[in-house]
Amino acid sequence: MTFADTDVPHLPAGVRLKSDAVRGTVMLLAPERAFTLNPVAVKVLGLVDGERSVGAIVAALAQEFNAPPEAIAADVIELLDELARKRVVER
Amino acid sequence: MSAERPPLAPPIGLLAELTHRCPLRCPYCSNPVELERRHGELDTASWQRVFDQAAQLGVLHVHLSGGEPTARADIAPLTGHCARAGLYTNLITSGVAPAGRRLPALADAGLDHVQLSLQAADAACADRIAGRAGAHAEKLAFAAAVTQLGLPLTLNAVIHRGNIGEVEALIALAVELGARRLEIAHAQYYGWALANRAALMPRREDVSRSVAAVEAARRRLAGTLVIDLVVPDYFARHPKACMGGWGRRLLNVTPSGEVMPCHAAATIPELTFWSVHDHSLGDIWRRSPAFEAFRGTGWMREPCRSCDRREQDWGGCRCQALALAGDAAATDPACVKSHDHDRVAALALAEASAQMPPYHYRSFDRRSGA
Repeated sequence: MTFADTDVPHLPAGVRLKSDAVRGTVMLLAPERAFTLNPVAVKVLGLVDGERSVGAIVAALAQEFNAPPEAIAADVIELLDELARKRVVER
Repeated sequence: MSAERPPLAPPIGLLAELTHRCPLRCPYCSNPVELERRHGELDTASWQRVFDQAAQLGVLHVHLSGGEPTARADIAPLTGHCARAGLYTNLITSGVAPAGRRLPALADAGLDHVQLSLQAADAACADRIAGRAGAHAEKLAFAAAVTQLGLPLTLNAVIHRGNIGEVEALIALAVELGARRLEIAHAQYYGWALANRAALMPRREDVSRSVAAVEAARRRLAGTLVIDLVVPDYFARHPKACMGGWGRRLLNVTPSGEVMPCHAAATIPELTFWSVHDHSLGDIWRRSPAFEAFRGTGWMREPCRSCDRREQDWGGCRCQALALAGDAAATDPACVKSHDHDRVAALALAEASAQMPPYHYRSFDRRSGA
């Protein structure tokens, strides 16, 4: 099931971001798994706090990048859907 | 003349075998047959130094393992030390005493994740495999305590002839216990499991049935439970990428502080392991002869050397090549290209169809094991 505007995503217990000085990247750490995040994913996950809805995350990014929300929403939802399938993001 | 090598990436994980002491006696234990005794174990300060060096080297996950890691009285301070160093901590435990008693302190210390072993879904079957009465009931209580503390839980079940009929029941139990991940890991035959191979080797049709059960459950439980499947080597066509490639992703530190590319590497007698007593972890990772021995593809001979899959499976498992082909630099006999492949497959078939011998249980004294 894909994320809706009103869904509130969060990182489940055991999943967290780590700023990795050795690799010069931000990693998403989960049990037995580690994902290297691209800069866009870092921005999105930085806003995933268990309080903001998908709509609020899109609005915040739209403001920061001075872009229309509808141009951003699809990419944000695609990323969250992909991470949810891997069970590293939940709603 | 050696080919130009790409720069060495930092390791992802460190398996810390804090102790070989364990209340269970599983006949497939991944510890070496020659177990390290308590007096040889690294002290608290030494482990803390190792964890600091691991974080500096770029290690992300520390697997606090054993034996039973909670058999060490300093397990909570060690966990806290890892957490402060920014390491992701994974407790690999039997869930048997004193694990339950120490769990709240571990949660307080910042433990990230718990991996609990189950021997079967049926209590009598599980206790017989673990060699300890009441172990399964303790594990169920431990699993409940883990989820009550809000810690994420993975269950690990080693699959073999004695429990291969339990795969579906194990999946149901994992859901019931609130686990997020389940590892259905067919036994890998080194050390204790190699000594017990004839008692553990499943029939091929049972393996196929268990794999089908996992695939069906993955579809049914998508979004609820992630199931990782490790298939049995002896029935494979291609070898597994053992440890993700030798010296590519993982370090294993033994209870006494020797550092190895995998937990079974000590079965290869020609390897020289460096100790954390004498060298930093970074030096060991980059320069120690045991890590250099089979790193990359330069050590390979044919048919590995020209194989398209050489950087997918990295030649398979060196310990298995030694155990089954008599040469640690040979192609892993799990591979169809190995001269020994058909002989090994026939051996598995013969063992699986013969009468099951009794287990030779894990023990500090090899002679009293059975």
